Amino acid sequence: MSKELIRLVNCSMAFDGELVLDNMNLYFNDSEFLTLLGPSGCGKTTTLRIIGGFITPTSGEVLFDGVRMNDIPPHLRQVNTVFQRYALFPHLNVFENVAFGLRIGRTEEKEVNGKKKKVKVRIPQEEIRQRVLEMLEVVSLKGFENRRINELSGGQQQRVAIARALVNRPKVLLLDEPLGALDLRLRKDMQSELKRIQQQMGITFIYVTHDQEEALAMSDTIVVMDQGRIQQIGTPEDIYNEPKNAFVADFIGESNILDGIMHEDYVVEFFNRKFKCLDKGFAPMEPVDVVIRPEDIDIVPKEQGQLRGTVTSVTFKGVHYDTIVDFKGFKWLIQTTDYHPVGETIGIILNPDDIHIMHKSQYSGMFGDYSSYSEEYEEMDDVTMLDEEEEGSSREDGHEE
Amino acid sequence: MKKQRRTGSRVFMALVFLFLYAPIFLMIIFSFNAGNSSVVWQGFSLHWYEELFQDRTIMRSFYTTILVSLLATVIATIAGTFAAVGFYSMRRRTRSALMTVNNIPMTNADIVTGVSLCLLFVTVFGGWNYLAENYRFTFNWLGTLYRLTLPKLSLGFGTMLIAHITFNIPYVILSVGPKLRQMDRNLVDAAQDLGCTWMQAFFKVILPEIKPGIISGALIAFTMSVDDFVISYFTAGSSVSTLAMEIYSMARRRISPEINAISSLLFVVVILLLTANNIREARAEKALAKRRY
Repeated sequence: MSKELIRLVNCSMAFDGELVLDNMNLYFNDSEFLTLLGPSGCGKTTTLRIIGGFITPTSGEVLFDGVRMNDIPPHLRQVNTVFQRYALFPHLNVFENVAFGLRIGRTEEKEVNGKKKKVKVRIPQEEIRQRVLEMLEVVSLKGFENRRINELSGGQQQRVAIARALVNRPKVLLLDEPLGALDLRLRKDMQSELKRIQQQMGITFIYVTHDQEEALAMSDTIVVMDQGRIQQIGTPEDIYNEPKNAFVADFIGESNILDGIMHEDYVVEFFNRKFKCLDKGFAPMEPVDVVIRPEDIDIVPKEQGQLRGTVTSVTFKGVHYDTIVDFKGFKWLIQTTDYHPVGETIGIILNPDDIHIMHKSQYSGMFGDYSSYSEEYEEMDDVTMLDEEEEGSSREDGHEE
Repeated sequence: MKKQRRTGSRVFMALVFLFLYAPIFLMIIFSFNAGNSSVVWQGFSLHWYEELFQDRTIMRSFYTTILVSLLATVIATIAGTFAAVGFYSMRRRTRSALMTVNNIPMTNADIVTGVSLCLLFVTVFGGWNYLAENYRFTFNWLGTLYRLTLPKLSLGFGTMLIAHITFNIPYVILSVGPKLRQMDRNLVDAAQDLGCTWMQAFFKVILPEIKPGIISGALIAFTMSVDDFVISYFTAGSSVSTLAMEIYSMARRRISPEINAISSLLFVVVILLLTANNIREARAEKALAKRRY
């Protein structure tokens, strides 16, 4: 059975009076692959650094196996970290980088003649050699021992960083956006590689990323964060199919989010029309957010449709077309393999399991409208997102001139 | 017309170099002059260099220079390196304020530094010596009465060493600081993550990374020390003198070709040190460029 390893209790973190982490409660199980997912500034890296021991939370407790660890420095914790830009030691070769942690003698408390004494424990040379070579084999870098770090490609450096952390046999491996600096192809390869290593070693991975695809592909559990708070915890399927609020729905994949009213269990109204759905447990006539995933929408001839709209833009994406359709002034994104030209009026049909209902939240009305759709939306990573939102209005004005 | 301008600028450049280097070359040439004159060439000879190495005052001041420069360099390099590490871990605003304070002594006129250090030593020592003269400390330990006399202090090798350390530290900080900022901040975290205490991380990771900066800082400090006249002059007192001070006092007595010889040697040493430092820095840059490919 999975056992709880680390627990954060009411952890808050403030830098210069600015709250970065707001009353976080979270536990991490043995040998699970958990991902902290969110835009930058959401507190995910801060959470990781608290677990690693690089910063102490302003308030709250960090528990390892039920023992308070707040003030234990990083070098005495049984966790190891893979850093964002690897942070390999440039003056050492591959072997020495991996051996680094083993060569540092750990001080351990031992009982000598009934007295507790701090004893330096050194690992014998031969064991170091064996463990390093073993670990290089795990990360598929056999034969690279004598290479210099600057002679390695990004992907190889990545593997050295993983080997360097894992060779110390930590209970938990922390990974801070480890694939961020790699190109797309290599990133996909490393995703499955990381998953394989995690299963082979049987230890807990805590993985920080802002890439939702990466999170969905690798994780057992995803923790979606924003503004220092946990928005949702669940399996990848849960998070994708049953997002808790507009933020999660928008951050994980693409979503059309509409205002609706829940009439009774299994009946929701939007666009002045009642639809059947699979959700229940809402108050009668409760205003809700309705999520419809762009790939779930079926396009039919306009006479047969439950709703009718006009195509305003089509973008070819390889597997499908991103089609923007105007329904009474509200623009939806529909992903379809059939081509419908701009100006065509189409009908759509929504099945009950295409519709997902969420309670209203602070994020309602902020996401899910594709009126300002542009091709860049996918490249819009979290760093530029804030800027885009601020500049968005002025830029649109510019176009109209 | 374009050609004319080019010749014009070339002539100008030639003049600049002439005024900069002609005196030095003249000095070096005449240091090999056989005769006593500094104007008329009387044949090649190493006579003045022989004279130089037999002159006991000059040799003593030479040893003083080397000793004070080496000691000042070692101490200033250690202190400056740790200061740079301290600056590095400060907030940006505090750091830039302190860096300005650090830079002032370098742009400050030597004479001001020299006079103010001299004043400081004289004032502090004056107070100390007053205490030493007027108070005798006696105490009883294990039945024996001990009398403690404070030693009198005066300007000398010690004060000069302190002065040299003081004006060398900013140069070390200035050359170590950029190396620290170039370093990946996560390296220290990574070392600690792998079991290092902060001190172990410093010696195993930070030090190898900033070594080039430390070496060039030390070289600059040594050059500045060997080269310094004004500050030494004000802080050395009357009992010790450095090579630069010795040359100055010789020149005041009479212009001897010996001065040419010793100045030439000093010039060559400083040039060698600077060249060595430049070559090293160029190489380091090349290596860095390679690392980033």
